[in-house]
Amino acid sequence: MDTFLQQLVNGVTLGSVYAIVALGYTMVYGIIQLINFAHGEVVMLGAMVAYSVIVALAGAGGALPPLAILAIATLTAIPVCMVVGYLLERVAYRPLRRAPRLAPLITAIGLSIVLQNIALIIWTRNPLPYPQVIATVPYRLTATPDGATITNVQIGIIGLSIVMMAGLLLLVYRTRFGVAMRAVAQNPQVAGLMGIDINRIISATFALGAALAAVAGVMDASYYGVAHYQMGFLLGLKAFSAAVLGGIGNLAGAMLGGLLMGMIEALGAGYVGELTNLCHLSGWSDALAQRCVNDPHLELFGSNYQDVFAFVVLILVLVFRPSGLLGERVSDRA
Amino acid sequence: MRPIHTIGLTVVAAAIVSLYGCGKEEPKQAAAPRTETAAAAPAAAPAAETITVKIGSAGPLTGEIAHLGKDNDNGVRLAIDQANEKKIKLGGKTVTFEVLSEDDQADPKLGPTIAQKLADAKAAGVVGHLNSGVTIPASAVYNQAGIPMISGSATNPKLTEQGFKDIFRIVGRDDQQGPAVAQYLESMKIKKVAIADDATAYGEGLANEVEKTLKAAGVNVVAREKTNDKATDFKAILTKIKGRNPDAVFYGGMDATGGPMLKQARELGIKAVFSFGDGACTDTMKKLAGDKNAEGFICSQAGLPVVAASKGFLDAYKAKYKVDPIIYAPFTYDAANLLIAAMQKADSPDPAKYLPDLQKISYDGATGHIEFDDKGDRKLAEITIFTMKDGKLDPIAVVKGGKSVAFADFMKAADAGTPSASTTAPAKADEAKK
Amino acid sequence: MNHSAPGMKTSVAAPLAQPLPGVRRPATAWIGIVLLAVALAVLPFVLTGIGTAWVRITNLAILYCFLALGLNIVVGFAGLLDLGYIAFYGVGAYTYALLASPHFGLHLPFWIILPIGALIACLFGVLLGAPTLKLRGDYLAIVTLGFGEIVRIFLNNLSRPFNLTNGAQGITLIDPFRIDGFTFGKPHTIGSLVVSTPVNYYYFLLIVLVAVIVLNLRLQNSRVGRAWEAIREDEIAARAMGINTRNMKLLAFAMGASFGGIAGGMFSAMQQFISPESFVLVESIMVLSMVVLGGMGNVFGVIVGALLLSYVPEVLRYTVGPAQMALFGRTLIDPEVIRMLMFGLALVLMMLFRPAGILPSAVRKREFETARRPGNGQGTP
Repeated sequence: MDTFLQQLVNGVTLGSVYAIVALGYTMVYGIIQLINFAHGEVVMLGAMVAYSVIVALAGAGGALPPLAILAIATLTAIPVCMVVGYLLERVAYRPLRRAPRLAPLITAIGLSIVLQNIALIIWTRNPLPYPQVIATVPYRLTATPDGATITNVQIGIIGLSIVMMAGLLLLVYRTRFGVAMRAVAQNPQVAGLMGIDINRIISATFALGAALAAVAGVMDASYYGVAHYQMGFLLGLKAFSAAVLGGIGNLAGAMLGGLLMGMIEALGAGYVGELTNLCHLSGWSDALAQRCVNDPHLELFGSNYQDVFAFVVLILVLVFRPSGLLGERVSDRA
Repeated sequence: MRPIHTIGLTVVAAAIVSLYGCGKEEPKQAAAPRTETAAAAPAAAPAAETITVKIGSAGPLTGEIAHLGKDNDNGVRLAIDQANEKKIKLGGKTVTFEVLSEDDQADPKLGPTIAQKLADAKAAGVVGHLNSGVTIPASAVYNQAGIPMISGSATNPKLTEQGFKDIFRIVGRDDQQGPAVAQYLESMKIKKVAIADDATAYGEGLANEVEKTLKAAGVNVVAREKTNDKATDFKAILTKIKGRNPDAVFYGGMDATGGPMLKQARELGIKAVFSFGDGACTDTMKKLAGDKNAEGFICSQAGLPVVAASKGFLDAYKAKYKVDPIIYAPFTYDAANLLIAAMQKADSPDPAKYLPDLQKISYDGATGHIEFDDKGDRKLAEITIFTMKDGKLDPIAVVKGGKSVAFADFMKAADAGTPSASTTAPAKADEAKK
Repeated sequence: MNHSAPGMKTSVAAPLAQPLPGVRRPATAWIGIVLLAVALAVLPFVLTGIGTAWVRITNLAILYCFLALGLNIVVGFAGLLDLGYIAFYGVGAYTYALLASPHFGLHLPFWIILPIGALIACLFGVLLGAPTLKLRGDYLAIVTLGFGEIVRIFLNNLSRPFNLTNGAQGITLIDPFRIDGFTFGKPHTIGSLVVSTPVNYYYFLLIVLVAVIVLNLRLQNSRVGRAWEAIREDEIAARAMGINTRNMKLLAFAMGASFGGIAGGMFSAMQQFISPESFVLVESIMVLSMVVLGGMGNVFGVIVGALLLSYVPEVLRYTVGPAQMALFGRTLIDPEVIRMLMFGLALVLMMLFRPAGILPSAVRKREFETARRPGNGQGTP
């Protein structure tokens, strides 16, 4: 029970990070039907920029309280990522808006490689030990000693994610900008005729997604304690899968999908191995039973397939319910 | 040895420094042998004929583990420089050794190409490569070209199981290192152990051997988990491990993943002893895991560790490169010296002539006494066990031939004059033999 | 056939195309072909003069040509972005390795294994294609990427509970190609001429390459090729014209995959050792870069792209490092990083400024140009 609870806590924390990144994918997709492949790299850049700021501030005397250091670092990373997000759209996607679908996808992959290698040049290939400015304090969840715990960092990540999601929903559904965004998403031509500056709205969407990505990057790196130049790619792909799971283009869907994806990974890595252990079938075959005496972990799938779970979910969703859990859009409108 | 696609590897506290250090050093390094050749040739010319013997040094000089590749290359260059100073004569002619450094980028498909380049250049012997994944395909080419190859770092057992007579290694195989760690864990009276690896050739190979040895010793393996070498999230598998309540955890993988894993484990309140192979036996662990979390972990290094390598080598390395060797430089240094020693014995730089001497060589090098078995593996290679104590990696035991000796006793024995880990510079030992 | 490429041999029968209308070639074209053939036949000996290593590099370049041509069928002809193409290469390589190595103690001859490898890769292609083909392009890209990773992760982990692939340790001692007593894995002497191992493979690869090129050219102009083109330009219209779009796309996937499978088998035999680390995502992206750079849909463009990107790293190796040394006294940026930056930038810049590639296919060029003209948006802004 404690193990299960702990896995759930792990999953929700990871899921919160996925959800924030997934929002970036889903907003961009909702508005121009483009998978911003380089979004994961923006997450990475966020973590990296914040890393440099933290190291500089912590080294400069350390008079600042830890929370302030983290806040300053994040607040520096956000505008940097917003500029990167804006530039991505301006330089690489906007000129290709009318090109065949293949074109922006290929540029997106190219940009992803470019950003990774630029980060590599600046921050080296070594995994950077992310400074632990906030001391981790575990809180016990159950009465058992050594049982499931939740740390202050985990609570912070989950809390911050909720605040950001609520803020985003307010922005999209309660402001003029939000109305304009939704209008462009629904029908850009008509929105343009209504006097909305489509390009500006699209740029703003990219920048907004990038800002969220920056925060997600800081959260992820400080939670796991390590950052490196390739951290964004897989994270981005999983978050994208989460967005698809929830229904791409749908904000609530991205949040739900992110949380689910986090839990699928944690519980999958934790339990699939045990469930697919062939030794459960020992009763059926003597040969198997004999092998199991020697090797009780004959697991067909285990934690080694942790990265596969996200892709399997993605494929299953696309095949059986392309619109995702909450989406109304049909994915294959050619 | 190491996985290729590990993201950023190891960097020992000194590694960043060393990268820059090496970088700066480069022009001098490259120039040194050449100027020497130039200086030596005219001086020696009137007296006797001179010949140039090329020794290949192959490893990743660019890419993710370039720092380790450069470390290996430095080891070879140091050996060659020392040999050139000695004005060795083969067949009556004074020999100038020349190092051919080739960059294999740690890419398996480039292995044969690089090997071919060295074969084309008529290298008399090769020290390399670094990764098993590259060394194995390259070894077929060396074998065909009849060029002896000695790897100082490829630990995959398969390298020497191919039946190639001219392929050697002087570092402990995974299946020697694994049992050593396991024996040490066993000696700590551990009853339940959880084993994880990073699903690379290196990590998996090591973890499998540890598992095998521990099971044979009756230790209960309560969990066998896998992650990957790019992962940052280990909480899921750690939580599972925590649920099984082991006394010790072994992780086969590099410090890049081992460090964060250790940190996350302590956060989850896992109190078990953590143990690692040589890939995570670095000071970087401390940085990645945090000082407090890293305290007390155990790790092993194939062969005698850098600190136990002969003092003559360490001083010479430091004098030349201004940094400490990272991991495998003493091995590549010995490998290059072995080639030269065999050539001296056969009195010829011709691979066909000196190969038999190389096979039955008996040599005292920077990493201890070296002899090869039938397969080309080093007989009874030592494995050293370290622990992180007060923020420093401290050798606590040396395992050799299944026996674990406390490190202090081992050093005492060494000082008393046992040939292994002799404190005399190998250069001197070499001369003494002549 | 009006844009028939120079250098294409019309005399070779291709199974998929109808007989061509009598294209008469001027004598100069034939002379060109003969000269090219002689040059290619002599090439390995010239290269051996410089260094046998260059023959190996050339062999790898030809392998990449296969891969690029295979991917070109999917991306260039049918317009489906496949980011997991290297998976098929891996499947082919592992098929060969498992059937011709001591791992299972099987040592089948290569002319049996290569077709089996192609077939299995083809099956994987269908396996991937069937559930995903109704997806729109960008979804397809991500799913194929995921598929590529899944295959690699499986190759890496199928050593437990039963040892199929030997996991990350890889498979050693893979048999070289053998025909009766003649093995490709050893040098042979004809008269005074020494034909080394890489040269043996060179000729084999060259022959297969010519066959593959001819097949591709004929395929492009066949009924199937035109159907792919129609799907690529406008799927709905294509369907309205009576093309079974699903089957055609599946066929593209299957054919592309089988090329990958054959290339994988040859890689296995040449390398004699394989492990999953050879089949990573970066390789997929590299092959894609070749296709995009050379010119999607143009067989010769793709070959140019493949050759270019295969030799560039070798050139960088000898220029970037020394140049930086001379300028700054140390290596600031690894040649490898520069190579990756170049790939990335090439993808972006090509798409922005020359989307049809270095040697554009006429049709592709038209497509990209029409798309750029304002007022032709198909609903999407």
